[in-house]
Amino acid sequence: MSTATVAVARELPHGVHPAPTSFWRKYIFSVDHKVIGKQYLFYSLFMLVIGGFLAGLVRWQLAWPGKPIGFMGKLLPEGMPGGQMLPEFYNSLFTMHATIMIFFAIMPMLIGAFGNFVIPLQIGARDMAFPRLNLASFWIAVPAAVIIIWSFFVTGGAAQSGWTSYAPLSAIQPRGQTLWLLSLLILGISSLLSAVNFITTIINMRAPGMNFFRLPLTVWALFITAILLLLALPVLSGAMIMLLFDRVLGTTFFLPAGEVISGTPLTNAGGGQPLLWQHLFWFFGHPEVYIMILPAMGITSEILPVFARKPIFGYRAMAYSIMGIAGLGWIVWGHHMFQSGMNPILGTTFMISTMVIAVPSAIKTFNWLGTLWGGVIHFTTPMLMALSFVSMFVIGGLSGIFMASTPVDVFIHDTYFIVAHIHYVLFGGSLFGAFGALYFWYPKMFGRLMNERWGKIHWFVTFVTFNFVFFPMHFLGMRGMQRRIYDYSQYAHLRGLKPMNEFMTVSVFVLGAAQIILVLNFFLSMRRGRVAGSNPWHANTLEWQTSSPPPHENFDHIPTVYRGPYEYSAPERADDHWPQDEPPSGAASVGHA
Amino acid sequence: MSGEAKNSNVFRSAARTAVLGLGAALLPRLSGALPFWMKLPSGESSFSGEIDSIFNLILWITGVIFVIVEALLVIFVIRYRHREGRRARYTHGNNRVEVIWTIVPAVICVVLALVSRRVWAEIKQRMPEDAMQIEVTGEQFAWNIRYPGPDGKFGTADDIVTLNQLHFPVGQKVVVSLHSKDVIHSFFLPEFRVKQDAVPGMTTKVWFDAAHVGHWEIACAELCGLGHYRMKGFLTADSKEDFDKWLAEQAGQTPPPASSAGGPAPTPAAAPSSQAPPAPGVSPPPDGKAASPPSDRVSSANTPQEAKTSS
Repeated sequence: MSTATVAVARELPHGVHPAPTSFWRKYIFSVDHKVIGKQYLFYSLFMLVIGGFLAGLVRWQLAWPGKPIGFMGKLLPEGMPGGQMLPEFYNSLFTMHATIMIFFAIMPMLIGAFGNFVIPLQIGARDMAFPRLNLASFWIAVPAAVIIIWSFFVTGGAAQSGWTSYAPLSAIQPRGQTLWLLSLLILGISSLLSAVNFITTIINMRAPGMNFFRLPLTVWALFITAILLLLALPVLSGAMIMLLFDRVLGTTFFLPAGEVISGTPLTNAGGGQPLLWQHLFWFFGHPEVYIMILPAMGITSEILPVFARKPIFGYRAMAYSIMGIAGLGWIVWGHHMFQSGMNPILGTTFMISTMVIAVPSAIKTFNWLGTLWGGVIHFTTPMLMALSFVSMFVIGGLSGIFMASTPVDVFIHDTYFIVAHIHYVLFGGSLFGAFGALYFWYPKMFGRLMNERWGKIHWFVTFVTFNFVFFPMHFLGMRGMQRRIYDYSQYAHLRGLKPMNEFMTVSVFVLGAAQIILVLNFFLSMRRGRVAGSNPWHANTLEWQTSSPPPHENFDHIPTVYRGPYEYSAPERADDHWPQDEPPSGAASVGHA
Repeated sequence: MSGEAKNSNVFRSAARTAVLGLGAALLPRLSGALPFWMKLPSGESSFSGEIDSIFNLILWITGVIFVIVEALLVIFVIRYRHREGRRARYTHGNNRVEVIWTIVPAVICVVLALVSRRVWAEIKQRMPEDAMQIEVTGEQFAWNIRYPGPDGKFGTADDIVTLNQLHFPVGQKVVVSLHSKDVIHSFFLPEFRVKQDAVPGMTTKVWFDAAHVGHWEIACAELCGLGHYRMKGFLTADSKEDFDKWLAEQAGQTPPPASSAGGPAPTPAAAPSSQAPPAPGVSPPPDGKAASPPSDRVSSANTPQEAKTSS
């Protein structure tokens, strides 16, 4: 019993904040975490469509180099005169595809949308700790998105030095790069506000009895993610401010002496160090990779027990491995820089730390398998997405070992092997996790279920075509095809790869078309979907113990938590689920916690 | 050297050979049946075999893990699918299996790191001492190649400078010192398993050698601007006599210090962005080899010569 009452809930009594009635306060400038979560969801889905469209253009060029696309010539005459893509526009496309997907789609969806919506509900709180800060964080993210899209239409086009924006190239690019920097600096403020809010909420707002080892793993993952964000983002922001100064104020943080650009010496250059940018960027950038995958891991750990009707295997191992990944994530950034000119002895150091970080990921994978073992598995759409996460994350994790090995990385660094790896982790991993979360929490968000049949069709086509698009990239990388090249037919060692590139491009169009099913299902189900009821999945965690959608301030009474989140199929009960807030009858056990 | 140290060296090299041999021995047996795009390009440098062995070793290890994990996933999903009346096994885990599946991956990863470490040190940490020295300076979007000339020193009047043409004698180790004038480039020789960034304000070094006479290409592997995709150079391994002859020819007609404008690159270098798009994909390959894509090597001798005479 002692462990059941340590959590302190600093809760205001119900009804202190009356529900807003005006349209603006209720739906637009709301301080309700549920509304803000939905706003982030729409925001990220919109940006996902844009990012996907850019990827389609990139793939078009790779399959049929130079073949015109008529309507694009009218939309962006500067980048695609007559519909034919210019090399600098191609560079903009992959730069903006990655930037938008990483910062404006995956992160706002996993952290902004599901983090905001799920955390207070799962810990039994009425809202976030700082509702107005939450409002600010969403509305700061909006101008960032406007600027990044606007940058396509300024002179010289959008940023074109890759999402990594290596200096000095990024220091001498046209104006779009400045907008890129401004946009991400603004978005960084938004993310920092969210991170502070998440951490404070999870530490202080847990319901009575909700001690740390009774937290759902989604909350664990988001908690650690928020800490990573809080510590990593300022490093990126600092580096971006330095790069901004190099571009507009004439400083030379990243510009060494003797720079000659197109035959013209750069008079102010001197004293700078290009590798400094890479160190700063990747010091942020590697924790960033975990910022994008940890929430999806948490979501998967949430969905698997619900639809296997079985407790998660190794709850504490799961929580500790999240912490392990987060800790080791700070000392592996150099593996992005093995061939950069960084001291090769450091390369060995970073190789060893990178090999070690594979271990907590392996622990998680085996525990997911352990969760399925002996379960009673229901193949709902969220479950299919979660199972896809596990199987695709395995590929993304294992391919990472190739590039962790310094000598192998000599060959595959900056080739499509890396592109394959990042997409297996970010699409196969993070996005399948996000899709799972969408199907899983949709009934809680909108009170109705999404259509299961169309959900399964969407899953099937997405899963198959995803592999058609991204698995061949391993082979392209093995042939030495560099990433970020506009026209690979220039090189002798890349001849013969056109048929494979065409196959991938056709697949990506099918993959994109399949997302129309998701969009239709998403919007039509809001009105036509089956009414969900409070707990359609018979799940244990607190969000399912209140109505769908939850009332203003979430709960009629703040629940008291008696057990861990994954007590499914307990032998002493006839019912196969056991809500966290159901009072124990007599002296029943309090679960494993 | 004491007997003990010698023994441990023998032991270590035997272990090394065994580990590397595993990958090397098993894969070629299968690879005969594979299409070209499922294989690494044939390696040319003396260390490319070692890199490929580690690649294959990791491929085998991760391949086995992949098959086991995915097979278990599929088996569990089928075997434990929902059926009426069956109840899930109520368990919260097992500490013994947690320890096992923590230690086993850790050991595998540490072994891989140790195997990799030695090859890495050989390629990137130590430069061979008896090697020929060449300076390569990247710029948007060409490679400036500089030979020290008769006096053996760089930066003197007798330096021999070429654009995008790197020749070297077969069987001779070459150390390339990399520089960049403007942005970061990456000196990439796919068939040699060589890649090293050229960073402005720094000197980076990389070495390689060739076992056969032949022609290959130098690719840029780091995004360096709008012409990144066509920042291509030519690499030629000559016999000693041919190399000396070629170098003497170059010394006779050393081009003016290369600048980005109007360089004798095979593709127009540094075209301003305002010009028409360069019609990608339509220019015929210089050696007419398009019909035989699986070739790992540009075997025709014309390519580099054409580029040369066009200046």
